[in-house]
Parts: sequence; C-alpha cells; structure tokens
Amino acid sequence: MSKNFSERLLPRPSPESQHFWDGTKEGELRLQRCGDCGKSYFPPRPFCPFCSSRNVLVYPASGQATLYSYVINHLPTPGFDGPHAVAVVTLEEGPRMMTNIVDCEQTPDTLVLDMPLEVTFERQNDDITLPLFKPAS
Amino acid sequence: MKHQHVAVVGAAETTEMGVIPNLTELQLHADAALNALADAGLTAADIDGIACAGVAPDVLASYLGVTPTWIDGTHIGGSSFILHVRHAMVAIQAGHCKTVIITHGESGRSAVGAAGFPEFFAGRLGGEFEVPYGGNIPPTMFTIPALRYLKEFDLTIEDLAQVAVAQRKWAALNPRATFKDPITIDDVLNSKMIAYPFTLLMCCLRTDGGGALILTSADRAKDFSQPPVYILGTGESCEGPMISQMEDYTTSRAFRVAGEIAFAEAGIERDDVDHVMIYDAFAHVPLYGLEDLGFCKPGEAAGFIRDGHTSLGGKLPTNTNGGGLSYMHSGMYGMYAMQESVRQIRGLAPAQVPGAKISVALGIGGMFSVSGTIIFGNELP
Repeated sequence: MSKNFSERLLPRPSPESQHFWDGTKEGELRLQRCGDCGKSYFPPRPFCPFCSSRNVLVYPASGQATLYSYVINHLPTPGFDGPHAVAVVTLEEGPRMMTNIVDCEQTPDTLVLDMPLEVTFERQNDDITLPLFKPAS
Repeated sequence: MKHQHVAVVGAAETTEMGVIPNLTELQLHADAALNALADAGLTAADIDGIACAGVAPDVLASYLGVTPTWIDGTHIGGSSFILHVRHAMVAIQAGHCKTVIITHGESGRSAVGAAGFPEFFAGRLGGEFEVPYGGNIPPTMFTIPALRYLKEFDLTIEDLAQVAVAQRKWAALNPRATFKDPITIDDVLNSKMIAYPFTLLMCCLRTDGGGALILTSADRAKDFSQPPVYILGTGESCEGPMISQMEDYTTSRAFRVAGEIAFAEAGIERDDVDHVMIYDAFAHVPLYGLEDLGFCKPGEAAGFIRDGHTSLGGKLPTNTNGGGLSYMHSGMYGMYAMQESVRQIRGLAPAQVPGAKISVALGIGGMFSVSGTIIFGNELP
C-alpha cells in the first residue's frame, strides 16, 4: 500500500484476483459464476462459495447496479479530498461490492438508496484501474 | 447440558480506565489478571489454563508465571473473550484444566506496546476490495449498513441518536464511565460529523484498559469467596470480515446464530432475562443486537429504546455501564460487556438492576463479522 497520505491506498492483485484487475484495465467488470449451481459471486476465488465446486468461469458483468447503502466519510482518507461516499452497490447479477459513487454530489439528497448506477473505470497507474459507479444515464 | 456447569469465580477490570499512558498493553493484561486473581483469592500458581487476545497466550503465561495445561489464543476481535469463555468451559468439563484465566488488555488510545489496527487487513480480501474506496477504518465500515436499516424500517437518524442518549443516562450512574454528562438528541446530531449518518457521539470511545475473568467448575466454585456466576449458555458464529459482503444489512447472521445456540443451551426464554449487554461500537449496533437476539421484532428495537424499556426502571436494562459509547472502548470491548454482566449478577454494579438473576452479553468481532453470546446466572438450572 502507498505510504503517501495524499494517494489512494491501492489494491495488490493476488493470483486468485488477477483476472479482475486485468478486466478493469480493459474496461470490463469481471465476475465469476459457478458452472454447476449457476450462481454468480464476488470477491474472486477459484471455487464456488455456494456449492464448493471448482467448476467456475469468469464473465463480464453488465456494469448496471443499484445503491444498497453508504456512509459519507468526513474523516481524512488517503486519496480523497473532502467528504466522499463509501458505498456498497448491488450488481445486476446479484453480488455486492464496495465502491465510490462519482459524477454526482456527495450528499444525502443526491445519494438515494436504490438509485440506478453504472460502472465507470478510473485508472490509477499502469497496473490498477478501479471500478467506480456513477448515476445511470 | 450433560456436563457439569462452569462458573466465574474471579472478575476484574484494570485498576485504572481511560487514558493510561504509563502501561504497555502486556501490563494492562497483567494488571487485570492480578486484580481478578485477588478477587478470586488465587495466585498465578493456581491457574492451569490461559486464554487471551491481543497478546499471545504464551507471552502472557510466561509474564504472569502461569504453567498452563490448556491454551487458547483465539483472536477474532472484540468477541474473542466470549469465545474464550465458551472454549474454556468445554476444556474444564473435559478435564484439560481446572482453573482458567481469560484476559484482555488494550492500549487503544495511548498505543503503548500495542499491535495496532493496520494488521487487520493483512492477508484479507478487504485490503484489496474495500480499503481502496475508503473502507479502511471502523467508522467507514461498521457503519455502512445503517442507512439501509433505517430505510427498510422507516426510521430516522434521530432513532440512531437516541441510542447514545439512553446509554449516557446509564453512564451518569457509573463513576468509572469516561463520559457522564447528560446529552440530548440534538447534542448527538450536532456533534462533529464522522461518517454520515454517524456523528461523533454515535461512535464509541477510544480508551485504554483491560479486564480478566477466572473460571472453574461449579463444584469447586462454591469454595471461593465470591458468589459464583454460572455460565448457563454460550454461542458463537461468524459471517465474514468484509462489510460489503454482509448478507442482509438489516440483520446480522452471526448474531442470530450465536444467540439462538446460547438461548437453547441455557434453556431459557427471552422473558427470563433481567439484563443485557450488547457490544456498541456504534449507535446502530444495539438495534441489531436487540432484534437478532430475539428481544424485539425486526425494526422494533428503536421504538423499544425510545419507550424506555432499556433504561433505568425499564423491563430490559441494557448496556448499564454506559457501553462503548460512554463507558469505555479500548478496541475489543467484549470483555467489558462480560464484566458488567458479572457485576450485575453479583449485585455489585454501580447501576445495579434490582434482583438481576440472568444476564446476556453479546460480543462482536470485526464489523458484524464474528459473534459470541453468553448467558450468565446466579443459580444453577
């Protein structure tokens, strides 16, 4: 992780998650799905958390989501300038993920639970592009 | 339960509480342990089982002068100590040890010889999939479910604020509480914004302190100077350390599973309970706890508190030491919840519930990640 407080703390991809970060670099939000029970899941792992099958595949998600819940963080946080939403979204395919909501005001009036969102990708460096979400167009 | 029961025969917190810049975390464990040994009329030579979290049990055993035949270093955050009690109970029943000491010490504010929070993320997926978005400290992780909870049950931020107000009333009766001055809902709402909807007074303290318990079998417990506090039921479970992956933001699976097991083991109903402690790192957690332990229906805990049922004279006095919001919170609060339960059952609490016979304590590890529930009583079933 970065030691510079002005920089966002970036993920370090693992052997089990590299496909996800390769995907975001290419503008794809990649999920995994079980070849046996058919359920989608997140975060990445090479087996199904619902039925323990190793028969899983990686596929691109639609990028559509809804806002499940959030806080607006007022504490100093590396890489953030002022209050910002730390949000959890429900993807169209079912899994949830933490993210930030961008391209809108970071206020309770603007950030309404269940509002439709779509993924957008923000490049951080050569290795890492983060999936963020913005109000659906 | 087939096996013989186990009882608490020694219980104490650290001599000082709050800001303790002159003791290391290890010495906070030891200070609490020495106080609990004195409470039980024992020395370290009488102890043959040891469990702790924060420092490793071998470190503490050698420091205290204990030669254990049973060791538990389960470290799952704030409810570690409740799980230690559960595990120690079985160890005593199995004959692995006779007299167990369980300690907590944490330099949560002064950070003297403390491990610190950052290690929390080592090897965890949260470091990869939550930290980059600002989900890197409890105020931005533990709190995230609250807005969904409020929406689903048509509640308001005032309903969160009143939790802090209710607990401050208990703290006013506790000379050792960090904050004792009364507060209003407006005071809570107007305090510094931390992570909307949570203001400062909806967040727990950061203090230094510790506590320790000594357990032995019910047969031997009768020979001690303190009245035995029997363990009637225990439960443990976990959901997971990533708040983004919590199944349902209106209810904690770990709370429900651990609570149900504990009540079934104790063979009691919710109406039998005289006193409750619910780990309150943030103001929304007692709402989940009251509901997931079955004291209130989903969405009704806020009204239950608003109507005074958890306050002085209410039917279910809750967090009577003032809780993590007003009493103290060193980081892993579960030990203090049990200490207050034991005080209440002994009849020695600063805000004593008259005639309290059965007390339930709910602990949490991580952010809704792990739960331990324990039910204490002053009589064997």
